This record gives sequence, C-alpha cells and structure tokens, in this order.
Amino acid sequence: MPDMKFKLKIWRQKNEKTKGSFVSYDLDNVSPDMSFLEMLDALNKRLVESGKEPVAFDHDCREGICGSCGMYINGLPHGPVPGLTTCHLAMRYFNDGDSITIEPWRAKAFPVIKDLIVDRSAFDRIQVAGGFISVTAGAASEANAILITKTKSDEAFDSAICIGCGACVASCKNASAMLFVSAKISQFALLPQGHVEAKARVRAMVQEMDRQGFGNCSNTGACEARCPKQIKLTNIARLNREYYKAY
Amino acid sequence: MITLNAKIPEGPLEEKWTRYKSTTKLVNPANKKKLDIIIIGTGLSGAGSAAALGELGYNVKVFCYQDSPRRAHSVAAQGGINAAKNYKHDGDSVYRLFYDMIKGGDFRAREANVYRIAEVSNQVIDHYTALGVPFAREYGGTLDTRSFGGVQVSRTFYAKGQTGQQCLLGAYSSLNRQIKAGTVTMYPRRDMLDIVVIDGRARGIIVRNLLTGEIERHSAHAVVLASGGYGTIYYLSTLAVNSNASAAWKAYKKGAAFANPSFVQIHPSSIPQLNEFQSKLTLMSESLRNDGRIWVPKNKGDKRPANDIPEEERDYYLERRYPTFGNLVPRDVASRAAKERCDAGYGVGETGLAVNLDFRDAIKKHGKKVIENRYGNLFEMYQHITGLDPYEEPMRIYPAGHYTMGGLWVDYELMTTLPGLFSIGESNFSDHGANRLGASSLMQAAGDGYFILPNTISNYLSGEIRTPRIPTTGSEFDEAEKNAKERIAKLLSIKGKNTSTTFHKRLGKIMWDYCGMTRNEEGLKKALKMVEELKKEFWSDLMVPGEGADLNQELEKAGRVADFMELAKLMITDALNRKESCGAHFREEYQTPDGEAMRNDREYSYVAAWEYNGDDEPVLNKEPLKFEFVELKERSYK
Ligand SMILES: Cc1cc2nc3c(=O)[nH]c(=O)nc-3n(C[C@H](O)[C@H](O)[C@H](O)COP(=O)(O)OP(=O)(O)OC[C@H]3O[C@@H](n4cnc5c(N)ncnc54)[C@H](O)[C@@H]3O)c2cc1C
Ligand code: SF4
Ligand code: FES
Repeated sequence: MPDMKFKLKIWRQKNEKTKGSFVSYDLDNVSPDMSFLEMLDALNKRLVESGKEPVAFDHDCREGICGSCGMYINGLPHGPVPGLTTCHLAMRYFNDGDSITIEPWRAKAFPVIKDLIVDRSAFDRIQVAGGFISVTAGAASEANAILITKTKSDEAFDSAICIGCGACVASCKNASAMLFVSAKISQFALLPQGHVEAKARVRAMVQEMDRQGFGNCSNTGACEARCPKQIKLTNIARLNREYYKAY
Repeated sequence: MITLNAKIPEGPLEEKWTRYKSTTKLVNPANKKKLDIIIIGTGLSGAGSAAALGELGYNVKVFCYQDSPRRAHSVAAQGGINAAKNYKHDGDSVYRLFYDMIKGGDFRAREANVYRIAEVSNQVIDHYTALGVPFAREYGGTLDTRSFGGVQVSRTFYAKGQTGQQCLLGAYSSLNRQIKAGTVTMYPRRDMLDIVVIDGRARGIIVRNLLTGEIERHSAHAVVLASGGYGTIYYLSTLAVNSNASAAWKAYKKGAAFANPSFVQIHPSSIPQLNEFQSKLTLMSESLRNDGRIWVPKNKGDKRPANDIPEEERDYYLERRYPTFGNLVPRDVASRAAKERCDAGYGVGETGLAVNLDFRDAIKKHGKKVIENRYGNLFEMYQHITGLDPYEEPMRIYPAGHYTMGGLWVDYELMTTLPGLFSIGESNFSDHGANRLGASSLMQAAGDGYFILPNTISNYLSGEIRTPRIPTTGSEFDEAEKNAKERIAKLLSIKGKNTSTTFHKRLGKIMWDYCGMTRNEEGLKKALKMVEELKKEFWSDLMVPGEGADLNQELEKAGRVADFMELAKLMITDALNRKESCGAHFREEYQTPDGEAMRNDREYSYVAAWEYNGDDEPVLNKEPLKFEFVELKERSYK
C-alpha cells in the first residue's frame, strides 16, 4: 500500500504552569495500517533521535480497552471514526496529505500535565465516593443464588464497559461528566446486587462530581456521539431517576 | 546459596489448604492497623489483595505506573475466567480443574499450589458476581460458561470479549471502597525502581514519581509484587505496551530467586504484524477456536484468496493431527503447529506468516446473528485493524508472545526467597508449570489476591507485630535511592543516536528468533552473544532526551529496556539448561518422531530457581517436583 504524508499541528506544553502552543511537523512514510499512536511514535522517533523531547501522550493497552489514550483530532475526541479510541484509529481513515490538528482534552476538571497528557484523577475520586458494592472478600453468597434475566444482565454490561477515557467530558460544551457517572450508576441500578446501597451511592457520586468541577448536563448528546464505547444517553436519564429517588 | 523450602502443608491434597488456614498464625485486629503493607500493581491480583488486606484492617499502600489503577493490564483480558462450578453438569470438579492444569502445564507445576487455586476458583466467581460484575447469563438467569483450549468441560465464565475489563473494574471498585474507608492509599503514576532490604528482610521500595521525576521512599512491614508478566520482552506481544519486568527484576537482584524464566507462552491467535512501526499485536481470543476452524492450503504457496480454495484443498491441520481436541488443543501445541506449517511454506497472506481461522461453517450452522452475539466485538476489532471482514473471509492469525509462566519463585505462602517479599498473579511462577491453560490466569490472579495471600501473609506478619513503623531514613534507603538516581543519570548522560524503542525491537527480535516458540542449543548460544553485544551498544549509543526531574516517558522506557537486556540473558541461560521439551519450552533436539514435546522427567522434573550472583553467572537452585497425587504421563491431545 502507498505511504502517506501528513501535516501535523500538535499542542506542546511543558507543564501545568507554562503556557502551551501549537507546533507544526511534516511527517511522511506513514503506512495506512499504522494506528494513530503509531503515527505519533514515528514522529517521536525522529524527534528523539535528534535529541529533542518527544510528544508526551498517555497510552498502554493500545487496543481500545484501558482508556489511557485520548486526544482531540481535528477537534473531535478520539478522531473522526465513531466507536474507536485513538489507539484503534488506523491512518487509513485519513487522506494522504491531510492536515491534522492534535490537542489534549480541554476541561477545567482535567488540567493539562504535559503536551497531550491531562490529569483525569477526578474520575477516580468520583468512583471512590461511591462506585462500589460493599461486599467483603469471603462474604459473597453462591453466584447462582440470585437469578438475573439475561436482558437485564446484558444491559448492565452495556453500561459497565465504559473505559474512563474522558471523551464524553471533552466533547461536552459544559465539560459535564454525566455520561461517565451514569454508566456506573446504571450498571448497579440494573443489577439486584446494587440495590441495597443505591441511594447513598448516587448521592455520593453526584456530589463528588460537582465538587470536582464538572459542568452540568444540558442534554445536547455530544457525549454519546463521541463515546468510543457507545455508552447511551438513556444512562443519564436513569441517573436522573435514581437521583430523584434518593431524596 | 539460598534454600528452597516450599512449605507445603502435610496431609491429603484436598485437605492441605483447609488445614493450613485453620492452623496458620493470625494477627489480631488491633495489631493489623499498625502493620504496613506495600503492593506494587493494581491488576486482578494487586487490586484484589489491596482490597482484601484493607478489609482485614491492615494499612495498605498501592502503586501502579498508569494514571489510574483501573487501567492495569488485566483490563485487556478477553476470553474468560475459569472455575470448577460444574454448572453445566459435564463432570467438572476441583480435582478435574487441578488435573487439567497439571497436565496442561506438562507436569512442571507444584501439585499443592495448583490444587489450592482450583479450590478457591469458585469463591472468585461468587465474589465478582457479588461485586456486580456482569458475567454472561443463560435465559433462565443463571451464569453461562463456555469452553477453552486444553479441556473437555465448559468452565469458563465470561463477559463477552471483555472479561478482564469487567473483573478488573470489579476489583477496582473494591479497592475504591477501601480507599474511601482509609485503609488503602493509592499512589498512581509511580515506577518502582528498587526494593529496600534491611537486615535480610524486604522493608520498602524506591519509586519514581512519573509526573515530577521525584524519587520517593516508602517503607512497610511487607512488600507484595503484583506487577504482572514480562512478555513484552519480545517487543511485539499481546500485552499492554508498558508492561515490564523491572519490579520483578529488581527483586531478583535483591535476593528473590527467579523461577523458570524461559517458560513463556506464545499465543496461537493474534493479528499478524502489518507494518514496521507496529507497537503491539492484538490478540484474537482463544474462545474463537470454539467455532473457528484453523487451516492452510494443502498446496504449498497457494496464493488464491481463501474463499476460492475448495474444501478438498484445505488442510485443517489441527483436526488432522489432534482428532480428540481438534481446534481446542492447548496454546503451545496450536502455536507450534502454526509455525510448523508456515516454516514449511504453507502460510497465507503477503508474508506467508499467517494461517486461516475460518468461521464459514459456524456461520452456516448457527447463523450470522449467533456468531455476532458471541464474538461481535472481536470481529469488529479485527475489521478495524486489518480493513478485512471476517464474516466474509477467514481471519488471518499468527502466534505472538502472550504470557509468562516463569516469574519469582514463591513458596506455598506466596513468599519469595527474600523474607517479607511476596509475589502474586502473573509475577510469580507458581501455578501454570510449563504452559498455562486459557482463562486460568485471571483465576489465579484473583485467587492469589483475594483469597490466598490475605491468609498466608498473616503467618509472616504475626512475627512483625513488635516491629515499629519502619523509618525511611536508614542507610539502606539512602543507598537504594542513590543507586536509583545514579542509574537515571547514567541513562540520561549517554546521549547516543538510538531510541530505547529501537534497542527494544532489536532485543525482541533476537528473543523471538532464538528463545521463542522453539529453541535449540546453537541458537541459544548465539543469542547469548548477540544480547551481550546489544547490551553494550545500548549503554553506549542510547538517546534519552529531557531531564530526570520531569515527566519523561523516554526515560521510563529506557529503564525498562535496560532491565529486559539483563533478563534476556537469564531466560536464555534457563532455556539452555533445560535439556528437554516441556509445554511451551520446546527444544528442537528433544522431540518425538511426530514432532511432539519430549519430557525428561528423570532429570528435569524440577523448578529451576535462579539466584542472582552479582557479575558472576547466576546460581541454579532446584526444587524437585514430587508428584504424589497424579501419575506422570505423556501429555497427549490426540
Ligand atoms: C491480550 C490478553 C488477553 C488475555 N486474556 C486472558 C483471559 O481471557 N483469561 C485469563 O485468565 N487470562 C488472560 N490473559 C492473561 C491475564 O490478563 C494476566 O495474566 C493477568 O491479568 C495478570 O494480572 P496481574 O494482576 O498479575 O497483573 P497485571 O494486570 O499485569 O498488572 C500489573 C500491575 O503492576 C503495575 N506495575 C508493573 N510494573 C510496575 C513498576 N515497575 N512500578 C509500578 N507498578 C508496576 C502495573 O501498573 C499494573 O497495575 C490475557 C493476557 C493478554 C495479554
Ligand atoms: S462514557 Fe464513554 S467517553 Fe465517557 S469515559 Fe466512559 S467510555 Fe469514555
Ligand atoms: S491505549 Fe488503551 S484504550 Fe487506547
């Protein structure tokens, strides 16, 4: 397959305190089979070999499941193809000669750490506040003691597959974390195991979400459109219902 | 020389664990909160143990290199997790699971440990279910299971192709509960650089804060490594790309023996390499072999598109060679069979380094809907990566580095040969012998973390209740910190021409070619020299830009590659020493006339536990494997 060329415009920022700016790079010899991150690897190899600092970005599994990667690609979180994380986005989805602008997530609750790396620990703090079922190791009953219909269980699974990447926040004009929070609330609301602590959980998680500086949800649905795991807006509706039930 | 005492409890196999638990020393609740435990890793083993130890009331500190514990490599496991529930009523039992693992591991694992993990497997499923893990269910509302390679029962619990993610998020949630309760403190974005040993005991760690570059000291009464496997030594592997050997390697250099380092599992089905910048190989789960049939053309060099090759010109070589297990033979067998066909010139695709995994017959039999329901996300992933549609044409797959059965030597209590240092999950060597069966690693990691370590660590800690909190000001901490800083300075000062990734790729190629799916003496000896030369080149021609006191990903990588260079040598040494074939360790010199692994039980029925010996050659310690409950047999899947 033919090699491709790109004009990259990448956000470079030394640390949280320094101001960042865009830097342009030309990159050729990109194979259409390369992933977006492998394309950045190729650029970084060139930079490092000439003694320059590479573009920093978070990544690990490189197969769309750990939620480490994420950046705006031409203004879109995770780039142009719905349902794909940045690490899964192949360069064949671009055209030879394209200009590509790359930026870190922009949200008050996700401060930039360096280049394309942001601090998403606010997500962890929301989960710490209540994203669990309180069962101590050894205390569980036989797994088949509680029957759950396949439909309910599959539905819970569809909510549970959120990877915590933050694209929902990044795509929202209010930088709201509602889709992320609602995915966890829904998973537990759909399963009988989650019912005992349902009220305390939703109160704690929503309160922590507000404290972390995420914005309000105004139902524009940008999050659902950009979520690489296609977490549905119906989760947000369920979160709202659970929240009203809790007071 | 160290002594290897496996501390296996007396008594019949099925009573050992119960007896151990009822007689081991305990720590009373008031003392628990005065005892500090450090855990490196937040995968199924690390997060699980942190939660369980926190629940018991210990004071726990947990470290991982990712920005969040939820991203540990366990998240990527796809296919499933085993348990001996026998929900399908197909003759499964704790004993059968135990036996399958002993046989699957080609009789190179310790009976007592394997039996125990089979025993706790059922508790693991109960616990995850209670934590809200949405495992797949039958229409009647009970949990569903499926089959995996190397066994004839259906004991694998799963959550579509995201079992690891769902189990890990369950473990992460229980970890979070303890963080909220204040028993566990989480330290993400930290790289463990060294273990601190005081008076012969593990007492703390040196870590680098990956955000600031600051070198930190942390102390504890016991240290637990849950740092995962080192399959990334091949550079291209199915693991998360930052997975590394460094934590285990540093432990080795501080006195923990490293067992069977050359036992590495090469998984038969990953998407073949597509470009030279490729950074990882994506696994196509073993569960696909439930419905997919593996074949190559009968005619050498047949380059026709797969669908144009008529049935009678296809060689379903696994079904041909292994009629009983067919496409569900264990991984090592399937991988070698694929390599054999490709090396003989029957491989498919542009490079000839691939075989077909075909769903045509399954789609015909069950309909596209059913197949989509079972494997939809894997098919989609395959299509996105390769641009090809597996519903219309066979997938192309090839073996890839995947799992390390080798790891730190541990006794029955999961303690290494360094007192106070424990190792759980993939980082230890204990349960899989020379080959791991599918879906048994999540089981082991979770079982070690939630149900075994919390019971065994108390025996050690009961002797520590009078030890006050360990200060981090002693000379041992000074020394360890100084060494860590010097190494960073050295890596930064070389200022050569090549990136650590370039060196990593070259190392990976040597290991893949000579210490991968098959090995022979000549190749191993050659590899030893090549690694030695590469290591020299690394230390004289490496380029790491930037500074130490800053977020510096090139520096992180360089440190890991430096450790891989050293580990590579030990792996090769181990492979050279073992003059037999067993499980995934296939020495070409030792095979049966029809190409199967030929064990030598008389001379090699032992665990090779290597002891660090400074600049001199490592010392080999042998733990003889005694089989009291099963009969040693030739492993056959025919
Ligand atoms: C693609 C893939 C699919 C798999 N599918 C299955 C499956 O279906 N079923 C199954 O049973 N098994 C499967 N496995 C194997 C299984 O996923 C792993 O063996 C298991 O998850 C290991 O868990 P762990 O807790 O030991 O470590 P990991 O989950 O690997 O976690 C390691 C932890 O250690 C930390 N760490 C490592 N080094 C350092 C350091 N120096 N400093 C600080 N922290 C460090 C990391 O941050 C991480 O938190 C699969 C493996 C792969 C690669
Ligand atoms: S809801 Fe979707 S976009 Fe948001 S964190 Fe989860 S996976 Fe990412
Ligand atoms: S690197 Fe894990 S989701 Fe992209």
